[in-house]
Amino acid sequence: MTNTIADIETAEVILVTGSNTTENHPVLSTFIKRAALKGTTLIVIDPRRIKLAHHANTWLRPELGTDIAWINGLMHVIIKENLFDKTFVEKRCEGFEELKKTVETYTPDYVEAITGISATDITETARTFAKAKNASILYCMGITQHTTGTDNVKSLANLSMLTGNLGIPGGGVNPLRGQNNVQGACDMGGLPNVLTAYQKVDDDTARAKFEKTWGVTDLPAKPGLTATDMIEGAHSGTLKALYIVGENPMVSDPDLNHAEKAIENLDFMVVQDIFLTETAQMADVVLPAFCFAEKEGTFSNTERRVQRVRKAVEAPGFARDDWRILSEIATRMGYPMNYPNSNAIFEEMTTVTPSYAGITWERIENVGLHWPCPTVEHPGTPILHTKQFTRGKGMFHAIDHRPPAELPDKDYPFMLTTGRVLYHYHTGTMTMKSPGLNTMSPECFVEISANDAQRLGFEDGIMVDVLSRRGKIKAKLEISSKAVDGTLFIPFHFAKAAANRLTNAKVDPVAKIPEFKVCAITIRRAA
Amino acid sequence: MGNETHITIDNKRFAFEPSETILDVAHRNNIFIPTLCHLKGATPTGACRICVVEVEGAPNLVASCATPAAANMVVYSESQEVITARRSIIRLMLSSGHHNCAIRDFDTKDWTQFQLKVLEVDGTQDLCPVWGECKLQDLAYRYQVKAQGLPQSESKYPMERVNPFMIRDFSRCILCGRCVQACRDIQVNNAIDFGYRGADTKIIAGTDVALKDSDCVFCGECIEVCPVGALVTEHAMKPERFVKTKKIRTTCSYCGVGCQIELSVQNNRIIQVNSAGDTPPNNGSLCVKGRFGFDFVGSPERLTSPLIRKNGKLEGATWDEALDLVANTLTQIKKDHGSDSIGMLTSARVTNEENYIAQKFTRAVLKTNNVDHCARL
Repeated sequence: MTNTIADIETAEVILVTGSNTTENHPVLSTFIKRAALKGTTLIVIDPRRIKLAHHANTWLRPELGTDIAWINGLMHVIIKENLFDKTFVEKRCEGFEELKKTVETYTPDYVEAITGISATDITETARTFAKAKNASILYCMGITQHTTGTDNVKSLANLSMLTGNLGIPGGGVNPLRGQNNVQGACDMGGLPNVLTAYQKVDDDTARAKFEKTWGVTDLPAKPGLTATDMIEGAHSGTLKALYIVGENPMVSDPDLNHAEKAIENLDFMVVQDIFLTETAQMADVVLPAFCFAEKEGTFSNTERRVQRVRKAVEAPGFARDDWRILSEIATRMGYPMNYPNSNAIFEEMTTVTPSYAGITWERIENVGLHWPCPTVEHPGTPILHTKQFTRGKGMFHAIDHRPPAELPDKDYPFMLTTGRVLYHYHTGTMTMKSPGLNTMSPECFVEISANDAQRLGFEDGIMVDVLSRRGKIKAKLEISSKAVDGTLFIPFHFAKAAANRLTNAKVDPVAKIPEFKVCAITIRRAA
Repeated sequence: MGNETHITIDNKRFAFEPSETILDVAHRNNIFIPTLCHLKGATPTGACRICVVEVEGAPNLVASCATPAAANMVVYSESQEVITARRSIIRLMLSSGHHNCAIRDFDTKDWTQFQLKVLEVDGTQDLCPVWGECKLQDLAYRYQVKAQGLPQSESKYPMERVNPFMIRDFSRCILCGRCVQACRDIQVNNAIDFGYRGADTKIIAGTDVALKDSDCVFCGECIEVCPVGALVTEHAMKPERFVKTKKIRTTCSYCGVGCQIELSVQNNRIIQVNSAGDTPPNNGSLCVKGRFGFDFVGSPERLTSPLIRKNGKLEGATWDEALDLVANTLTQIKKDHGSDSIGMLTSARVTNEENYIAQKFTRAVLKTNNVDHCARL
């Protein structure tokens, strides 16, 4: 997030898109709901009539995979009606003319034809957003998990810059991170193209610094494979071994039947986890690790706040700290790693990570700090880009709408979108151990609108087969007011009826993120 | 220095901000005024009236939580009249429901003796689940309210235990409304409200249905704000509640919000999760997963020793066997097929320190940049 969670409540307008916040970030959603209660204008743009829509002043419903179109539509109106922030655009941005030229085509009528959102709603929403003193944009996987994911995000950034909402309290472009430490995993260089703090692997100076600290030579300069590329590599045979720490791709990956074949094709797979997950069951070696309540360390949250994790209980059996396991293997491979404790790792990390350089465990004992925090005197940075952007001037990207990789047709007439429910988390390895959570959400379901169910002659609660070009699952039909005609929703938590047997593995060309949010399916009464 | 911005409480003068109530000024200056219904972040209702104070010139005692501080106001926080009023409020509350914390029988001034006696008298099954952590009990002791002789009214409504997370005991509810405010003003779930009228008043969900059949999402904010034993978790009713408990503050491990939580641990098992209080980012709020989804930690299904695949089956192994096998196989594959034939999926679930080590291992030891995690999934 460019801004903080608490900052949301100070916005005059909040635009939430592609985020089912009350179910996926329930506590963060309280900030949005409270703001709406106190008079902030809440705009929800989402293909499902999610709970947050009931708290909103406006709910707009775009067809799946048409985000660039409606965002361009808003910018079209804002530029045409001269409602954009001229000072901000002139002083802090570049590429405005190209943007203007591209969005010129996106008249409200044209956008209505693509998205299904009425031209009037586009115009009204554009005015509301642009006229706000400060407007915050919140988004989540509904924006990113598309073959146009990167362009969707850039479009939201365009909208925020055009209206001068970056670098100010109550503004910003705020992605809501779905995993406790996904922010930290990225910050720590758990990505194929960057070292810690996004220092590029092909930057010789950065690599030289790490080589010195780590006492090695020849750190690889060529960016590596992304998770989705690794699956392809395993499938084609170029990737021979995979070491997986605390992830369960055998439920979370798209097009599972394909992923399963890829994993089977590996010569060697190690899984380090707390449970014998679907993925661990396929491994050659399984290593038992600590869970969060058994270890000391830090997590970085969605607002870049680095916070302490503390040991509360002893781990079961012979389980070990994840870092100790990896250090042991490194040592056995001829590179000794001997850290006395987790804090020693944090201290080494801060010497090579400028944005974390000023953070110590001591400083975050009671309240976490927001990075960048370059020195021990620095108070941390709650709001990013207040004076300038990382690259200097903010770049407008002129982007055109592109349809999703797969659209409904005669054989697969419905659109499918996937996500999570309140009572479960990701692949369910943790939440499905709680009887209470299982009682509230016992099994997979297929959410359908009352109209569609009636048209098909299906009753609520029957078992249906759901088929895509890639796979088939069986689940219970649930008629819901959240569903809109033509679009079905299935949560991806449940391995027994894994929605990802159906999803499309087509990825965004830049971010390599799969299009979990759109594919074509058909349903029929189960035999 | 003019008088216009000052208020006098218990003969001391204090400056105040225009938006502050008498209670705000008093609490800011460490003057004790008891509260039951008052909830930070919600509009004061003045429902319980335990916070009444005497204001010079005012015809009646005023609720300090709902009365704005005013220039030259003279306040007495605990005058005889105030004490009498508070005692009568407490007495009414004690007699209105099932408050078997033995306050009714207590006639000694020794708190320790009193507690010991209660532990002797009251069987675990009957003892109030929040005994010792109840604001009403604390106040009864502070104001020496003896409830002896007061008729105890029977609760009109049975206890609700049909949901998997919490117990609603209407017999202990004092109708302070904090749960309603927490649900409406803090979490904005609007699942519960006051229902019926007069002596029949009850906190209801929807059209007075069970919580599991209402709009309730089991965030548990109501449990955390309930000053008495009307809303408790299932654990609070178990006999283990008197086993020594240690409390550890940490960060929730579900979504990316990073709520600050407090784990209650007994005999190496997490038995309850609460918020870590008024601290960012969650300022005391939690969700159902964070509050109730902790069983996995102590699950019997946890992996406890390394496993190695032998003849197609995963079998138990020692750490030395497993680590040697991994180290040797990775070394061999690196030699035979090159560094880029190996991939590492680190995790958005583990700590920064562990992610740092995972990518360091991949780059410095395996000599490849094939490291990623599930940010995209």
